[in-house]
Amino acid sequence: MTTLLYTDVEEELRAAVRALLADACPHRAVLARIESATPYDGDLWKALARDIGAAGLLVPEELGGAGASAREAAVVLEELGRAVAPVPFLTSAVVATRALLAARTAGPGEAAGELLERLASGEVTAALAVSLAASPYRPVRGEVAYEAAGAAGEAVVSGRVTGVAGAESADVLLVPASAPGGEESALIAVETRERGVEVTPVTSLDLTRPVAMVSLGSVRGRIVARSEGPDGVRSIVRDALAFGAGLLASEQLGLAELCLTSTLEYVKERRQFARPVGSFQAIKHRLADLWLEIGGARAAARNAAGALAGRGPGTDRAVAVAVAQAHCGEVAVHAAEECVQLHGGIGMTWEHPAHLYLKRAKADQIAFGTPGEHRNALADLVDVPAPV
Amino acid sequence: MTAGVTWSEAAVRERARAFLAANDLSAMDRLDFLRARFDAGLAWVHFPEGLGGLGAPRDLQAAVEHELRGTPDNRPGRIGIGLGMAAPTILGFGTEEQKRRFLRPLWTGEEVWCQLFSEPGAGSDLATLATRAVRDGGEWVVDGQKVWTSVAHTARWAILVARTDPDVPKHRGLTYFVCDMTAPGVEVRPLRQITGEAEFNEVFLTGVRLPDSLRLGAVGDGWRVAQTTLMNERVAIGGASDRRTMIGTVCETWRTRPELRTHDLHQRLLRLWVEAEVLRLTGARLREQLAVGRPGPEGSGMKLSFARLHQELSGLEVELLAEDGLAYDDWTFRRPETVDFVGREAGYRYLRAKGNSIEGGTSEILRNVIAERVLGLPAEPRADKDIPWKDLPR
Ligand SMILES: Cc1cc2nc3c(=O)[nH]c(=O)nc-3n(C[C@H](O)[C@H](O)[C@H](O)COP(=O)(O)OP(=O)(O)OC[C@H]3O[C@@H](n4cnc5c(N)ncnc54)[C@H](O)[C@@H]3O)c2cc1C
Repeated sequence: MTTLLYTDVEEELRAAVRALLADACPHRAVLARIESATPYDGDLWKALARDIGAAGLLVPEELGGAGASAREAAVVLEELGRAVAPVPFLTSAVVATRALLAARTAGPGEAAGELLERLASGEVTAALAVSLAASPYRPVRGEVAYEAAGAAGEAVVSGRVTGVAGAESADVLLVPASAPGGEESALIAVETRERGVEVTPVTSLDLTRPVAMVSLGSVRGRIVARSEGPDGVRSIVRDALAFGAGLLASEQLGLAELCLTSTLEYVKERRQFARPVGSFQAIKHRLADLWLEIGGARAAARNAAGALAGRGPGTDRAVAVAVAQAHCGEVAVHAAEECVQLHGGIGMTWEHPAHLYLKRAKADQIAFGTPGEHRNALADLVDVPAPV
Repeated sequence: MTAGVTWSEAAVRERARAFLAANDLSAMDRLDFLRARFDAGLAWVHFPEGLGGLGAPRDLQAAVEHELRGTPDNRPGRIGIGLGMAAPTILGFGTEEQKRRFLRPLWTGEEVWCQLFSEPGAGSDLATLATRAVRDGGEWVVDGQKVWTSVAHTARWAILVARTDPDVPKHRGLTYFVCDMTAPGVEVRPLRQITGEAEFNEVFLTGVRLPDSLRLGAVGDGWRVAQTTLMNERVAIGGASDRRTMIGTVCETWRTRPELRTHDLHQRLLRLWVEAEVLRLTGARLREQLAVGRPGPEGSGMKLSFARLHQELSGLEVELLAEDGLAYDDWTFRRPETVDFVGREAGYRYLRAKGNSIEGGTSEILRNVIAERVLGLPAEPRADKDIPWKDLPR
């Protein structure tokens, strides 16, 4: 039976990640990072890969990874969410890795296996070249075309994808593309250092996980999965996005918790009208409500992580993911908004970290489908049909 | 015989099967069956042996219910206060004799219990209550008025909090009793509710004599004992798992009456569906925590969320029904035997759900409790904490 609690192993993992982040990822560093030329913290990522094995957490042991499940990845994401850490864990070690794992199973899988080994080593990172706003229900938006070329398993890719997260730091892009005429589709690995690859950063709402536009002009790449018609590859993408959505709930949980804790600390200390502002009932009741929402978020996020780690029926998994995103997406935003409001003027400043959380939470609400899209998906999944 | 045993699910199942094999249901009357079930330790497995339980983890009860499905039950809707509030309090504070006397007929439903806490002048601020209990030899003489007393009209016993010392601050002068509802001087009058029926009552206590053997806990310790009752009450209301859930009921209407659907209601219903599922998962997680002996503070929140969800869902259902929502099934002034949140029709559910944020501690009070006890926020300023009860302004 899966449990909604944390196992001892998971708690140890959490403690290790938290200790590392406390040291290597204070708010000060994140604030400095977002104004630098490189949005992602390469040293922090190396430390996470080396000390925690974060880069290859989901990669099987025979490929050099830790062979862990979605449940452990979820715990890491809780901690990364608490720290708004600017690292490509979600984009590379979760979503891209999941797509490669699926590609490997779909076979022949050598290319995918090799890439997974490289990812597990922490030397390179990858990103799935779809918009961060794409959802399991609308998996691919941009159109990228490919043609088989040169040696077997190679292709030339052209097209443009907008809103890609993790692209700026990625060494490899996994590009879903279709052959002219659309009778075949493929997932193609493109090295970002290849000629013809252009990654143009977008001035992003969330500077700790910025998005970029990816342009591919006749770029050489390696096919990691191929199928007749558009559906095979689309289902790999859809699965990776659902996996990302379900685990993002844990990031949102961690983020919301941190917002609540830091707000509690502040309102206990800050005094107005000769008493702590946290002694006013209007504020106490708001925080009690937020705490309740977060308790629900923990149950929903754990449930999604458990469902993604298990082998239960696909519908159960889809329901767990949709429920977790529909709830946690809203809770994280609510927590960050309360955090800003209850800090008063200081909460509006660039210097205070509250805005980092607000921006991440708001971007996360859109990532992998908005809460509304997830609720609409439930209409079919749990048979609450729309008006005819 | 089995003292010190740690029970496994398999062992509990085995015991339930053995019990069924040993008792010929067709030859037994309902009550005999329930008594035998109690004596076999299969009433509430987490209670001690000899008191209807096995000293087993609480979550193993589900296995028993599964094995015994289809057998006569104790009609929990009639005896919710006994099961959810009186029983854990008696278990926690009662003497051996009290436990043996009260728990068995409480569980079998032979004796219904009610809760004599609230008074006209003491609701949220329960500790200001004014009902007096004065010692007279081996007895206590009780005088006062209680109100909102659910199912007092069917109750054999009551849990009662009364003031035994007016000269100390309000929390300290209270004592907890079991009140004999058949004793002379106990008068129960129905109070008609917004649903039309009278589930609750006012109860007048005039010179009611209770032997000291009906005292639960020490003299002056009533507040602490009452806390156990109230905590369990919130868990009982918040964790109520009726076979028919409110979300299930509304979704059924939604599915079978497509002509009623609108886009606005669809969006709102999906939102509530998510909330209901999140609450279900929160409850499941909480039970897991309890089962491993690490109860989480989330318990204090369940009732609050449950009340909100019930109110929103039942409100949505009436709106969904449109013209049918203008009708009401029955306003007759009746005195029901059971407390049922989801029974009857949509209009009743809507009105009854209003009580969910009042009974067992209002939602405002529960937010205070969470803010202060869980989140550690400063307490409300209290003018009355150190003043003897008799000198409080009223
Ligand atoms: C259906 C139903 C069944 C019940 N059954 C029983 C029963 O069997 N036995 C029994 O003993 N009692 C029972 N009750 C009584 C219930 O416990 C009380 O109604 C409840 O505790 C509130 O007390 P009150 O009615 O005096 O309201 P009050 O305490 O007067 O409250 C009035 C309003 O003020 C708010 N308020 C009060 N204090 C504060 C504060 N500090 N901060 C913010 N807001 C505050 C309340 O939330 C409420 O909205 C029942 C009630 C209902 C509705």
